[in-house]
Amino acid sequence: MSEQTAGASKSERAYNPRLELYKGFWKRFKKNKSALVGGIVVLFFIFLAIFGPMLVSTDPNATDITNKLQPPSAENWFGTDNYGRDIFSRIIHGTGLTLIVGFVSVMIGGIIGVLFGIVAGYYGGRIDTIIMRIMDILLAFPGILLALAIVSVLGGSIQNMIIAIGIFSIPAFARIVRGSTLSVRRLEYIDAMRALGASDFRIIFKHVLPNVLSPIIVQATLRIATAVLTAAGLSFLGLGAQPPTPEWGAMLSAGRSYMAESPHMILIPGIAIVLVVLAFNIFGDGLRDALDPKANK
Amino acid sequence: MLKYIIRRVLQTIPVLIGVSILVFSLMHLIPGNPAQIIAGEGASEQTVRQIEERLGLNDPIHIQYFNYMSGVLQGDLGNSVRSGRAVSDEIGARFWVTVELSFYATILAVFIGLMAGIISAVRRYTVADTAIMVIALFGLSMPNFWLGLVLIDWFAVGAGWLPEWAKLRPSGWGDSWRQVILPVITLGTGGAAIIARMTRSSMLEVINQDYIRTARAKGLTDRIVTYRHALKNALIPVVTVVGLEFGGFLGGAVLTETIFAINGMGRLTVQAITQRDFPIVQGAVLVLSVLFVFVNLIVDISYKLLNKRIDLN
Amino acid sequence: MEETILDVRGLRTSFFTDEGEVKAVDGVSFSVPKGKTIGIVGESGSGKSITSLSILRLLAENGKVVDGEVLFKGENILDYSEKQMRGLRGNKISMIFQEPMTSLNPVFTVGQQISESLTTHQGMNKKQAMAKSVDLLKLVGIPSPEKRVTQYPYELSGGMRQRVMIAMALACNPEILVADEPTTALDVTIQAQILGLIKDLQNRLGMSVIFITHDLGVVAETCDYVAVMYAGQVVEYSDVRTLFRRPRHPYTIGLLKSLPRPDADQEKLVPIHGMVPSPFKMPTGCRFAPRCPAATDLCREKLPDLFDDGEGNQVRCWIYDEEWPGPKEVDVFGEERIAKG
Repeated sequence: MSEQTAGASKSERAYNPRLELYKGFWKRFKKNKSALVGGIVVLFFIFLAIFGPMLVSTDPNATDITNKLQPPSAENWFGTDNYGRDIFSRIIHGTGLTLIVGFVSVMIGGIIGVLFGIVAGYYGGRIDTIIMRIMDILLAFPGILLALAIVSVLGGSIQNMIIAIGIFSIPAFARIVRGSTLSVRRLEYIDAMRALGASDFRIIFKHVLPNVLSPIIVQATLRIATAVLTAAGLSFLGLGAQPPTPEWGAMLSAGRSYMAESPHMILIPGIAIVLVVLAFNIFGDGLRDALDPKANK
Repeated sequence: MLKYIIRRVLQTIPVLIGVSILVFSLMHLIPGNPAQIIAGEGASEQTVRQIEERLGLNDPIHIQYFNYMSGVLQGDLGNSVRSGRAVSDEIGARFWVTVELSFYATILAVFIGLMAGIISAVRRYTVADTAIMVIALFGLSMPNFWLGLVLIDWFAVGAGWLPEWAKLRPSGWGDSWRQVILPVITLGTGGAAIIARMTRSSMLEVINQDYIRTARAKGLTDRIVTYRHALKNALIPVVTVVGLEFGGFLGGAVLTETIFAINGMGRLTVQAITQRDFPIVQGAVLVLSVLFVFVNLIVDISYKLLNKRIDLN
Repeated sequence: MEETILDVRGLRTSFFTDEGEVKAVDGVSFSVPKGKTIGIVGESGSGKSITSLSILRLLAENGKVVDGEVLFKGENILDYSEKQMRGLRGNKISMIFQEPMTSLNPVFTVGQQISESLTTHQGMNKKQAMAKSVDLLKLVGIPSPEKRVTQYPYELSGGMRQRVMIAMALACNPEILVADEPTTALDVTIQAQILGLIKDLQNRLGMSVIFITHDLGVVAETCDYVAVMYAGQVVEYSDVRTLFRRPRHPYTIGLLKSLPRPDADQEKLVPIHGMVPSPFKMPTGCRFAPRCPAATDLCREKLPDLFDDGEGNQVRCWIYDEEWPGPKEVDVFGEERIAKG
């Protein structure tokens, strides 16, 4: 077996392995058909979020009691809700909100988490212990409960939901980045840099961060999927977006009472959520396969 | 080994203290005067003062924490500001409902997840594998509460199971399998998907190990190599995920219980949040988190025990 | 003439990867006489391990034998069904591997793992198999075998584990033992013990051994015949004395020259420059040509055949062919070779 791997890597030996990794990235990513599809769907939703509201002129909040709870038709592609609002328009106008909540919360959690992870992994010792213990505490709250508790205190709003989900995302980043930083830190050239008098700040930004970027990107992508799910859950419970905001989770919540006669009210927002989350999951899986072929957990 | 167990147990102490501080501070993170918010907008000055008094909000913060903790350690989680009943009583009645629900969901997730993951790994790169992995991706990407709603729509409404929900026990469930099965599926699906993916990748990793080649070199059948030699090794890392999933279910129960009107701790928490009954929120979050910490402790130790033979390689 | 138990003819094994086909073994032939030891020598990447795995058809999923014959007692076992193959593996032809640390399953006891061969091939029940396992552990020189048999691999040292592997391989009295670098991962003193053990057991049990190694010292000690492999091909095949006394292929000469030998009056070690060619970019001519100090245009353009000297010794080098365009006397790594023709 060892011969086989030795044989395969021989052609790459002359090159810089990191360069090789990025060179091989496109090749592997393109080969991974499902990842490509995931990426395209992600782009599609981003496009929809930016240009959708311009293209769909129907006011998402325009009520029409005479036309309420209508099933999908040529007039209202996705039907209407209990106030006669056009669900298609609401879904389109809600896309941006969904993505913003996903992106921003993951960015908040990502920046804080990466910072914690790098500091913990780079300095080690007591700082490491303290930071990771704090992460353990955040992880001790099962599932959605931490985000729930935070929003319950801050009050239900989109901003607070983003903060809550951001905090909820911190430990995942911190742990992954800490692990990667530790392994980079052990490389000899980092010691050499220090010996040459480079500052910690410079080493971290010039040498450690670029090396831990791949797992961060992968984690961020997958984490957006989780964030969108969590946001939908919080809004469903009435702790996120408040009516009449066309938020998908809140739309589901509203649809609950009309489920029996108008199932489209829960089916359509649900499918929208599934598609976005699915796209980010597939995209993230593909990125991981392409960026980090060895890790598949 | 004993040393590891002791160290691991000791490690949970700072975590538990941290959790208790965080839960305690929840009420103090409320913007403005918590007593005023609890009492509501139009409450009289006097009511607000009473609430402040009752919650001890006028004491210095560390005294408040100390009082809270000494109560918690004696099983006193304070009183509901709405019903006036002890939080421990409110929770006690509902604790086992949530544990039971999460437990069944775990069993379902482990059972389905393992089966699917093993089939996928054994038939890797076939249609069956692809189909299972696509379904798992969907399972992972679905909001569980939405799945619950769809299930209710299909079965409870569509297949006429609804009347059974009319005869619910006070706990909200448990009398017939039809009442139990939908919430369990709702809660367990995401976990089943994760376990399936994990099992598959773990199996694929093990299949490339040297000892699998040794087993094949002995002339064993593929069946024995896969199910005896590979599976036993592949399951070890899956154990960790099972523990994490159980914890995820405790949190996920918030939504599932809300949808199915099950009177567990999750629904209690949501109701308490809408009623701004913070002592109950605090108590419920604390109890669920402590439970999760202990489940993880047990999982970690059993993983270490299972992994002992491999670890020292 | 000795009785041949295994005859490998024109074996070709390829791996099909994302980057294309890798011809790991490209036309390898050798025969294994009954009761003798043949060494297959080469650097890592030469295809020697893949050759041994091809014989037992234990290749990774993307590997496939694309051509050739493996005749075991006259029958081509490449045509065998998977079920027939299983009847051979661990029974008639056994194999031990390089990594004793990872080649035993960590979750089963030593006894369980040895017993498996016995219950599979010899129809023993568990109790009989366990008793036989104890005997086998005794045979391979493991002290207090009754205790060891119930232990897990992690409780054993590397040398002990390799002994267990050997016990496992010998459980059913195989006719051929394939040993794939069995001592590479072990300490020098343990290496000698394991080599001695294999030799000793071979004499007692009368089996043939295929010894895969990169270590010419090990070859000198253990083998009767040697096949030297380079880049997926056999470049020289002869009996062990001839090989060491009068190596003929420039690669073999180079290997011997780069080996410190206390017995010979060696002035200095001569390295072979360059690297083994990438399996994706094999030279069109002789595979060793890019590194060979005597290479001519012919060598670079056309692959030489194996030339037989009529005494069973073969070499894949143009020097010994009539077409050889180079000078009559050739200097290869500081040794003179007289060209033919």
